[in-house]
Amino acid sequence: MKESKKTIRNLLLVVAGMFAFSFLLVPIYDVFCEITGLNGKVTGPSELSEIDIQTENQREILIQFVTHNNEYMPWTFKSKKTQLLIKTGVQQEVFFVFENTTDQDMVGQVIPSVSPGRGAEFFHKTECFCFERQTLLAGEKTELPVIFIVDPALPLEIGSLSLGYTLFDITNQVSKQQKVASL
Amino acid sequence: MMHVLKATKKLNWLILLFLSTSIFSERSDYNMPMGVTEVSKDIFDLHMLIMWICVWIGVVVFGIMFWSLLKYRKSTGAVAAKFNDNFRLEIAWTILATLILVGMAIPSTKVMITAYDDREGDVNILVTGYQWKWHYKYLEDNISFFSMLTTSQEEIDNLIPKGEFYLTEVDEPLVIPINKRVRFLITGNDVIHSWWVPDFAVKQDAVPGFINTAWTYVSKTGIYRGACTELCGMKHAFMPVVVRAVEQEEYEAWVAEKIAFAEAERLLTDKLWTTDELIERGEGIYLKNCVACHQVNGQGLPPVFPSLDGSEIVMKNKTRNIEILMEGVRGGAMQSFANQLSEVDIASVITYTRQSWSNGKEGDGQIVEPKEILEFKNNTKL
Amino acid sequence: MSTVVETHNDQGHHGPPKGITRWLFTTNHKDIGTLYLWFSFLMLFIGGAMAMVVRAELFEPGLQIVQPEFFNQMNTNHGLIMVFGVIMPAFVGLANWMIPMQIGAPDMALPRLNNLSFWLLPMAFTVLISTLFMDAGGPNFGWTFYAPLSTTYAPETVTYFIFSVHIMGASSILGSINIITTILNMRAPGMTLMKMPLFVWSWLITAYLLIAVMPVLAGAVTMMLMDIHFGTSFFDAAGGGDPVLFQHVFWFFGHPEVYIMILPAFGIISHIIETFSRKPIFGYSSMVYALTSIAILSFVVWAHHMFTVGMPLAGELFFMYSTMLIAVPTGVKVFNWVATMFKGSITFETPMLFAIAFVALFTIGGFSGLMLAIVPADFQYHDTYFVVAHFHYVLVPGSLFGIMAGVYYWIPKWTGIMYDEILGKLHFWLSFISVNLTFFPMHFVGLAGMPRRYPDYALQFADFNAMATVGAFIFGFTQLLLLFIVIKAIRAGKKASSEVWEGTQDLGLEWTLKSPPPYHTFAVQPEVK
Repeated sequence: MKESKKTIRNLLLVVAGMFAFSFLLVPIYDVFCEITGLNGKVTGPSELSEIDIQTENQREILIQFVTHNNEYMPWTFKSKKTQLLIKTGVQQEVFFVFENTTDQDMVGQVIPSVSPGRGAEFFHKTECFCFERQTLLAGEKTELPVIFIVDPALPLEIGSLSLGYTLFDITNQVSKQQKVASL
Repeated sequence: MMHVLKATKKLNWLILLFLSTSIFSERSDYNMPMGVTEVSKDIFDLHMLIMWICVWIGVVVFGIMFWSLLKYRKSTGAVAAKFNDNFRLEIAWTILATLILVGMAIPSTKVMITAYDDREGDVNILVTGYQWKWHYKYLEDNISFFSMLTTSQEEIDNLIPKGEFYLTEVDEPLVIPINKRVRFLITGNDVIHSWWVPDFAVKQDAVPGFINTAWTYVSKTGIYRGACTELCGMKHAFMPVVVRAVEQEEYEAWVAEKIAFAEAERLLTDKLWTTDELIERGEGIYLKNCVACHQVNGQGLPPVFPSLDGSEIVMKNKTRNIEILMEGVRGGAMQSFANQLSEVDIASVITYTRQSWSNGKEGDGQIVEPKEILEFKNNTKL
Repeated sequence: MSTVVETHNDQGHHGPPKGITRWLFTTNHKDIGTLYLWFSFLMLFIGGAMAMVVRAELFEPGLQIVQPEFFNQMNTNHGLIMVFGVIMPAFVGLANWMIPMQIGAPDMALPRLNNLSFWLLPMAFTVLISTLFMDAGGPNFGWTFYAPLSTTYAPETVTYFIFSVHIMGASSILGSINIITTILNMRAPGMTLMKMPLFVWSWLITAYLLIAVMPVLAGAVTMMLMDIHFGTSFFDAAGGGDPVLFQHVFWFFGHPEVYIMILPAFGIISHIIETFSRKPIFGYSSMVYALTSIAILSFVVWAHHMFTVGMPLAGELFFMYSTMLIAVPTGVKVFNWVATMFKGSITFETPMLFAIAFVALFTIGGFSGLMLAIVPADFQYHDTYFVVAHFHYVLVPGSLFGIMAGVYYWIPKWTGIMYDEILGKLHFWLSFISVNLTFFPMHFVGLAGMPRRYPDYALQFADFNAMATVGAFIFGFTQLLLLFIVIKAIRAGKKASSEVWEGTQDLGLEWTLKSPPPYHTFAVQPEVK
């Protein structure tokens, strides 16, 4: 029976450990995505100084901008240019138009996605409206930039990169969080 | 032994011959299509190769098994042997199995590498899965439209005979040019969907917030039908994919037509419509976009889908009526149609609902002109 | 069950108590085994009825019987009930009955926990099935419940679903802890690990898989719960999460889960083929190593359920190779079963018929599985009826036939009465023919382009769907025959000896006991040479 107690204790530890492991999968997945560019996940803002841009191996590639409003999010959201032929290693700036066409103040969150996924690690954004939530008052309109550099080390097989932005309406989630915070 | 081999070879050919007419035809009721792209043909060949290897392994293994069951029956006097292992034999068949698998992995890897291609496309199309329709946007030409099932509810409910393309027909198919690299950027609007065209061997999940890519290079004109292949709710089976592959000239003409049509729609917004024109157009819009929830008789399925027939808003509150169509109902199932329907369409369908059923007689009967919808769009409402 | 003989045994203890309290409070492994088996049999009919609704709707194109929303509920609950309410509990029932007897132990290590582990299941399934009667309807997002369909877009009853899954998980985890502890610590002296019966080995490994992955399922549904109710964004892109993360976490559980559903069957089949070939199982050690390697490999193949989700090339290739690799140990097992029959002295009683059908039909399921592993080809198979055909072949003529084979094989031991052999054979042949009639055509419609989870389909898929429906109804009604056979084998018939089958004296400790065995067995453990 003493043997059994030891076995039971060890097995219970395994159970607890695996439950914890399932939650660990969340950050592991994020790290894995950043390393491999899986799912086109891009990292947060890059500091210009951090990026090692060599000026050899520069080439032209096509960048396409794609926007989508999740679940009929009522804002106007489009890029001022749908595509751009750019040189790698050179900083680029593209503006996007945001307009809250409703009569309520709203908060939006833009989620980026780069295709192909393995190009994501070569796409460095130094400024992007996707880094933060965007609050627009009723009827407000604004233009916000994305400033980025594509690393010349981008593999040659990748001829174009698509930068997809999905705009989500997070007004409800934000107000819920504010309610909880004010408690 | 030789005669067994010969017989096997003959049998092989006979089976192939027997099945070849159906297996190698383009449209088969029981096999994967060969498709119309190099990738789809490669995948078809790979599929057949793996299948035949499995069939032959099965024939050998089951052959030995059934032979044993026949030959070593106790009822015919078989006495059991005593052996229960044979190390060399086990190692041998383990190695053989592994080698066969490696043999399968090599062509599989080759085909996989050709299928993964990140070069740019000649045509780039953003494919978005919605509950329950597809949206296509051509990035170069900036045309976009929804593609919805056109099979009638009567056919689905078995009230009238089903058409040839039952559940595989849409109002606006995706049109692509042949002999050009077409690149698809695929995403989802709400839940996960999946865009599949068997004849292209293209299938990628449409995940909300993320973009997946796929590509194809079709060398044969034709109409190719596919499906949504990820459970996405109630009408998962009712959002087919239809692609029309056409010659380059026809494609260019179609693009020009679409651009002109969009322009014409914008112009239509300016003209003044009569009540009858609005109702006629509105009925068509209603039947396509609204019946799923609000029903043909306008009575909906309360409480989830309110009744429009006899509704206070539809009868007496034009402003709110317009607001609901343009903004949707937050927290409810009613979507915003501002980005899905043109100003003319929204004006028509609202007019139709305000004039139909009991609303026409008992409501204020107010109609909505497309200009009013445009005004709503432009109005900052401060 | 009045099959347990209420005589005084060696120790002079009285037999089991009478009435309903016996079943509520029993800590006896035989009683608990019986409870699990009857529970799973009931669930078979409930989950089966749901399948009949699905197949009835799919008999013809068009919507005749149910609307798509309800169809999705039937589909989802059919899957959940069969996986968590039939296959898993049935194997646990067989484990409870047989493991202590096979290892010469008096009972399981934790008899009271054993009772709890069982009774958690009716509770969990009452909650789950009751959601079907609620206004919002039951779960309708597939048994694989991908987010965000199962989070943001789920009916409110999803919370009951999550609760129910947690309870089922607890039941499995507690049961597995019990099984591992019993096997590791309570074997009769002299029974080394490599002398254990293969069914015991298969359950030892299955139990380890269960304690490793059921907590991960618990994690996944907890994350769902948090996304739905507590404002987190595990699976919501808007908050920085990812719906695909759900799939990774789910399938990390899900793939080992399908091996959990087959490994005990492998054990049972080995016993049966050995007995009815009158020849020791070929390659006992390899069989053990194969079970172990299948279990270990099962942890590194999960993404083969997700080949179209947008993974990079290297990931897809890795999972293709690892999945193909599992075919090796599985193939080894099939070869060993055939080698056991080869040069044996074979008779064809009902358990053997089911075992032979298992080997042939599970292997067919294995072949379609191998085809599915080939990534580029999978682009054409994924989420079509080809997948449905594959997993039904490995689960129905695979796992379920394995369970039925075990029931026929061991029921004379449990009840002391031989089941009716003619009826048994009839049950077998009807099941065998109808199972193939139901699921083989699904390969064809899948290849021809019919997606899964569709309540309605294009006209070219009609003929094979009609065939499958006919097969399904025959299969469903045939199981009523099994019910009759089981009840008959409890009440009246030819008496069974201790051996039951020819030549079992040396095959295992369970065959040294009387049929039926005393309520408490092996109070004194035998010496194993």
